[in-house]
Order: sequence, then C-alpha cells, then structure tokens
Amino acid sequence: MAAVTSVGEAPLAAPVRRPRGMQAGRRRRLNAFRYVVFVFFTLFFLLPLLAMLRFSLEGSTLGTWSASAWTQIWSYQGPPPLMSSVEITLELAVLTSVVTLVLLVPTMIWIRLRVRWISQPFEFLCLLPLTIPAISLVVGLAPVYNKIRHYELSALMLFFAYVILALPYAYRALAAGLNAIDVKTLSEAARSLGASWFTVMVRVIAPNMRQAILNALLLSASLALGEFTIAYTLLYTNLQVELYSIDRNTPNASVIFSTSLAALVFVFLLLLIVSYAGRRRRRGMR
Amino acid sequence: MAATATTETGARPIRAGRRLRLPAWIGTTPFLAYVGIFLLLPTGIIVVNAFRNPSGALNLGSLKLLFESAERSYFIDSFELCLISSAFGAVLGAILAYAIASGDPDGAARRLYIAVSGVLAQFGGVTLAFAFVVLIGPVGLLTHASWFYSFPWGIAVIYTYFQVPLMVLVFLPAIDGLKAQWREASESLGASAWQYWRYVGGPLLTPAFCGAALLLFANALSAFATIVAWENQIAYSVPQQIYLTINSEVGLSNVNQADVLALGMIIMVAIIMTGYALLQRRAARWLR
Amino acid sequence: MEGLSRRYGEVVALDGLDLTVHAGELVTLLGPSGCGKTTTLRLLAGLEDADAGQITVGETDVTRLPASKRDMGMVFQAYSLFPHMTARQNVAFGLRLRRIGSAQRDKKALEMLELVGLAEQAGRYPHQLSGGQQQRVALARALAIEPQVLLLDEPLSALDAKVRGQLRDQIRRIQLDVGITTLFVTHDQEEALAISDRVGVMQGGRIEQLAPPTEVYSRPATSFVAEFVGLTNRLAGTVSGSTVTVRGRDLPLVDISTAPGPAIALVRPEAVTLASDSSGDSGPLTGTVIASTFLGATSRVTVDLGDTTIMAQLSTADAVELPAGSRVSLTIRPDPVLVSADAAPAAEAEA
Repeated sequence: MAAVTSVGEAPLAAPVRRPRGMQAGRRRRLNAFRYVVFVFFTLFFLLPLLAMLRFSLEGSTLGTWSASAWTQIWSYQGPPPLMSSVEITLELAVLTSVVTLVLLVPTMIWIRLRVRWISQPFEFLCLLPLTIPAISLVVGLAPVYNKIRHYELSALMLFFAYVILALPYAYRALAAGLNAIDVKTLSEAARSLGASWFTVMVRVIAPNMRQAILNALLLSASLALGEFTIAYTLLYTNLQVELYSIDRNTPNASVIFSTSLAALVFVFLLLLIVSYAGRRRRRGMR
Repeated sequence: MAATATTETGARPIRAGRRLRLPAWIGTTPFLAYVGIFLLLPTGIIVVNAFRNPSGALNLGSLKLLFESAERSYFIDSFELCLISSAFGAVLGAILAYAIASGDPDGAARRLYIAVSGVLAQFGGVTLAFAFVVLIGPVGLLTHASWFYSFPWGIAVIYTYFQVPLMVLVFLPAIDGLKAQWREASESLGASAWQYWRYVGGPLLTPAFCGAALLLFANALSAFATIVAWENQIAYSVPQQIYLTINSEVGLSNVNQADVLALGMIIMVAIIMTGYALLQRRAARWLR
Repeated sequence: MEGLSRRYGEVVALDGLDLTVHAGELVTLLGPSGCGKTTTLRLLAGLEDADAGQITVGETDVTRLPASKRDMGMVFQAYSLFPHMTARQNVAFGLRLRRIGSAQRDKKALEMLELVGLAEQAGRYPHQLSGGQQQRVALARALAIEPQVLLLDEPLSALDAKVRGQLRDQIRRIQLDVGITTLFVTHDQEEALAISDRVGVMQGGRIEQLAPPTEVYSRPATSFVAEFVGLTNRLAGTVSGSTVTVRGRDLPLVDISTAPGPAIALVRPEAVTLASDSSGDSGPLTGTVIASTFLGATSRVTVDLGDTTIMAQLSTADAVELPAGSRVSLTIRPDPVLVSADAAPAAEAEA
C-alpha cells in the first residue's frame, strides 16, 4: 500500500531532481499557478484560525482586547483544572507514541528479518483500525474498559485505545523508513561482528530510520492530542473533552480558543522542526 | 556466533547451558497480544452482540434494525454528507498536493504545507468545530454566513477542512511517484502538456486518486467529533446516534442497537477500505 | 551546436561548446560524471534551456523550439517506459500523438519491436520485462516516430555487464541499418570505443578531443584524454627537440612543438615489453615483477623499477613466465607519446 507522506521526508527520486526539464516559460507559468494555489489555501486554512485568535484575545466586552484567555490556561479551574487536562493529554501523547514505537519497531524489524511470511497479515492488522471507525470501536471497547475500570486508574488508560488508533499511521511511516534501508544486510553484517539482536535493533537499524521513527512518534502524539471520540464516549476527560465541556456562555469561555490554538501551534511547530531535524544532506551525483 | 534461535529483544533470555528453540514468530507475540485485546476483541464483541436479542441469545432479527427507517435515515444522511465532503476534499486536496509536489523538494513551502496537513488532519474534531463556531456563529466574524448551518452542504465545507489535509498526506506520495523520465519521454515523443496528463499522468494517478478519495469517504463517515461539537443543529448522523445509544438509559430493547449501528458502520467502511486496498496495490506497483 | 553554455547557479555545466554531428554518424560523448555530457544531450533534446548558443538540425534552427517539436527520439538511462501500457502501446505512443490510425500504428509498432527482437513480448507490461528488454522497447519507441536524430543517455549503465555488451552491439547495428544520426552519452570508454564513428571526450564542460576512436586512443590530444581512455604509465623524462628521453630511451613526441625540459611522458602498457633478465644488471630499464593481473588473453604485469613502477601488457602465455619476484628488463616500443607538463601525480588512470 502506498505510504502516507510524513513530515520531512523527501521524495525517493530526489537525488536527480531537476525542474522536470521544463523551459523557463513553462516554469514561470507553473510557479504562477502554485502561487495562486498557495495563497488560496493559506487563506482557507488561516481564516478560522484567525477567528480563534481574535476570540482568544477578546476582552469581557466585545471590542476590547485582553490576553486573559491565554493566562487563564494556567488558572482555569474547571472542574477539573484545565492544566490537569493538558497535563494528562500530554502524558497520553507521550505514552501513546512511546508504546506505539516500542510495540511496532522491534516487531516490524523482526518480521522483516525472520518471519517474512507474516508481513501480509501483519499489515492487514495494522491497517485494520482505519477500517473500524473510532466511534464503532468504542462500542466494543466499552466492555473491555469496564473491566479495567475496576482498578480505578486515570484517563491515562486511554492510551491502550490510542495506540490502536495510531497503528495505521505509525505503521506507514515506519514501513517507509524500513523500505529505504537494506535491513537484511545491515543486520547480517552486525550479527557477523558479534552483535546481539538487541544491539542490532537499537544501535544499527533504528538510527538509520531516524526520520521515520520521528514521524511515527509525532503522528501518534498528535493523534492523542486531538482525540475526542473515545475519551468522550467512555466518559473520561482529556484535553478535547474538557474544551468541549467548558460552558460557552461564561465570560471565561475564551480560554477554549486560546488552548486549542496553543495545541495546534505546538504540534505544528513540532512537525516543522522534525522535518528539518531529520534531513540529511546528501550531495546528489551529477 | 551462536546458532541458537534467539527471541525478541530481551523478552526471553536464553538459558545458559540449555538450547531453547523457539520458532521465530514468537517475537511477534507482544504485538499480537496487544492487538488481540484492544482491537480484535472489541470488534468481536461488536459483531457478536449485534446478533443477540435482548435476552442474550443469538438472533439475526437485529439485522432487521439496520434496515428500519430510523436507522436507515441516519445512514443515508451520513452517506450524503460524506460523499460531498470527500469529493470536495479529494479534488481540492489533489490540486494542493500537485502544487506542493511540483516545487522544490527541500523547500520551505513543501515542509510548511506538509506540517500544516499533518496537524489539521488530526485536529479535525472539536478544535475545528470551535474554530467554525467563532467564524460563523452568532458572534462570529462572518455571522451572516449562516448557510453553514445547512446540512449537508454547509457541514460538508467544514469537513473539507480536515479532508483536504488528509488528501494531501495520502496523495502526495503518488504525485511524487511520477517519474520525471515519463514526462520527458512523452515530451520528446511529441506530447504537449495536456496530452501527457491525458495519456500518461492521468491514468497513472487515477487509482491512487480514487483510493485516496475512498479513504476520505471512510474518514468522513467516522467523523463523530466534529458533529458533536457542532451541536445538534444538524440532522442525524450514525456516529452521533451511537453515542447517544451507548450512554442513554433507554430500555433493554436498545441494548444491541449500538452494536448494530456500529456493525453497520464497520461494514460500510470495510467495503470502502477493501476497494481502497485494491486500488492502492495497483498504484503502488506503478508509482513506487 | 555552437557556443552552447549552461550554468546551474554557480556551476558552469557547459562552456561554449561546439559540436557538429554529420548525417548518419554516431558520435559518443565520453567523460566522467559532471563533465557536461548529459547536459549537452538534454540541451539538444530541448529538455533544458541553453543560456547561450545555438542548435541547428539540418537547415533549421531549433534553439527556441520546445522538446515536443524537435523531432528527436530519446532513450533514457532507466525507467522511461510508461508502466501502465504494454510494450506495443509504449512503442505506438508517439504515433498515437501524431494521430495515426490504430491499425497502421500497431503495424508500425510491431515492425519496430521486431527490429529490436521483441515482437513476442509486445503484449507484456514493463514490469514483466528485464532491464535489457525494457531498453530495447525504449529504443523501438524512440525510432517509431522516425526522428531525425536519436539521442541515448547512458542507456546501458543500469544493465548487467553481459546484457550491456549484447545491447551495445545491437544498438550500433540498428543505427547503421536505419542510418540515423545519433548522439550517445556514456562514461564507459569501452562502449564509446566500440561503437562510435567519432568520440568526443569531455571534461569540465568542454570537449577535449573529438576524433575517431583509434585516434583518441593512440593519439590523445591532451593528457586528460590519455589518462581517461585506457591505461597510462606516467614516466619522468626530458624533452629535447622532437623526442622525449625516458629512462635512457628516446621516444618520438606526438606534439613536436612541446617545450624542451623535464616532463612526464604518457606511455601505454602495451608499448612496454618484458624479458627475463638473468644478468643481474640494474639499469634504468630493469626491475622486479611485483604483481600480475590476469585479464584473460592478456595480463597486466606491474614492475618495480626502483624509483617508480610501470605497467606492461603482455600475452598471458608470456606473463606466466615472469612470476612475482623475477628480474626483468624492459623495452619501450617507440610509439609517439604525449607529454604532460604537470609533474604532479595524476589520479588513478581509469580502466
């Protein structure tokens, strides 16, 4: 199956990339088209975000300005306190991405090296969550979670479900990374030098998949940050749930917008940074 | 070099002095166990429960529910909304993807737009709905655009907001996969730009495009969060109904309604995803 | 092509290049990566714009024409077949663009496929064909439109050695049959020497020598050409008059106007002969065999002369008589040699 573009990944054909052999005139026309498209979409995407920004800076009477929505992120008490939802969701993000990686990376490397015949069913399993909408999944998850609830653990338990939701995206990103390197040869070379399987995975293969791993990490994390459905239906409180349940008629409601905007910008910056961090300059041959 | 069959990272130490021969696939057990509990089990529960009647015995009568009028209208309304939004999203997303792909592979524009797409694709729920509330709600900047409250067209436009980024993420690799040589070869054989797209570029991208559009459709079907947050100004949708059913205290006759609806959704999406998989396989062969 | 120049930012890819290819001729541009040979080809094809200069085909100035109007057939290094079309459809593509009826198209396509020997694979898709077969289909496709010029951009580089040899000869044969003017680009000198009417050795955006293969090999115009094409020994010597004295022997010069004084003479290994030397002398032309590389019919023997090493090319039968460690005496055949002014050691001569 085709990969999902991940942040920071250059197209595979990159080394010999010229502007498609076009002449100057055509290049100019193409650039004009691109310019128009980008302007249109920038406006398209920016508009609601700007509206949010405007609202987040709204004072208690219309027309005034106030940064209280932003400072409120810390002080909003809820119940529960906004910061605690933020905290929990951030922890969920970390937990989800780490668990997803720990679960997928060794398994995928292992399969590629030793158990190739499983790769088709494995791929199917990983992509299955795409087929089962979260809202449907939650119907079946509810009984499972009811069992877990006996142990009175916090909303962090959501990570079990989040990992499943993140599987397709993480799988795609990691598969793209694995395809780009020759796993077999690298591992055989390392093994012949005496490395244990653990060393092979952690010190030989993983560093060569750095970009893919970072992508998978971020995709899982942003999924956790933006997730609403499962948390809400199972009656947990995470960031999005809390934002939803803040009573919009109170004057403090604008904290919804500041927080949402903050989360968006945060993830966006992370993705942007990763796209620059993961690149390795390789002088193309010509 | 030891010839013993080794197992997955540190999961099971090899006993000194005794050769522990385990089949290699054991290494996948942690994964399988996890997925088994949290994915396959819930799915199984849904499927099984959908076929039970109130007293717990197996019964196919609940399938009748799927075709009953009330449920049916949920599905049909959902369907319409999803169709429109995925059509918009697919076309617009393809255009944006092309604009991104035809530029500098290392350039700022590309990185920026991919990062934006990555964010918006995941935050399509509550955040998005709120953003639109402030844009066109009662005290919004564009209050007069109350047309957005109309269903399904208005909502469809809102849906495109996260459909377009998803389209970009899924379709961009396909456009990247168009090799420069094909363009150059067709040019040197005498093809104009239009002829290239008609005979070469278009046909090559079509499976990927359709596959991506299907994915968008499935995504729209599952978009529950947006609707909930947008509040009940809209007509019904299946996801919303499921939520209400799970968390309502209605009587026993509804005990498996949620399961049935969930199953219905799963089936719909499963059909779509199978189509997607088949299309992707062909696209991957050409464009890898 | 006249006065062609092309830069990419800081890099000057082509620097005022002049090249004339005669009708029916096969000219090969040979050189290392980055020398500008592919740029030249792409400029000719119209896939890139020249910054300066003019390109004429026959009587027509095509410099301003887009690639699709230049009536040239091009074969790329790899991956240029359209994956969603069969071999026949690929070959017929150019004809389809020219609105030729489908029956006629198919006929011509099959004809072309027969020319390259793939008529039976007409219904196959590219991914079902081997690399060599794909390139043959690409060739058929380029020829189907009956272009004025055929352009080949390192078409054999991505193939296995054995296939490379066969395909190379086939391309030459077809080119001669059809009589089409051809420009071939490669970094493999064996290919260049084997099939060309003339070879243009390029470096740094300029053509160093444009001549028939035998001339390029035996009368290299510059030291770059001498060292790029075939192996060369670099031996210190002194120029005086029309000869250069190398290790006590006088060798005629290719270029008799060379300034007198110390210089490096470029001597081909096959001009060096070895004989077993049991006399125990140590003159400037005696040494010890260090190693022998078996190349099939011939062998390359490396001899240590004390202050330098020299390579000789002998028949294997002779080389076997002189294993490592034997004392040998050398003779240098008085072929005209080129002299390089710089005394700095060159990079390893390429095989």
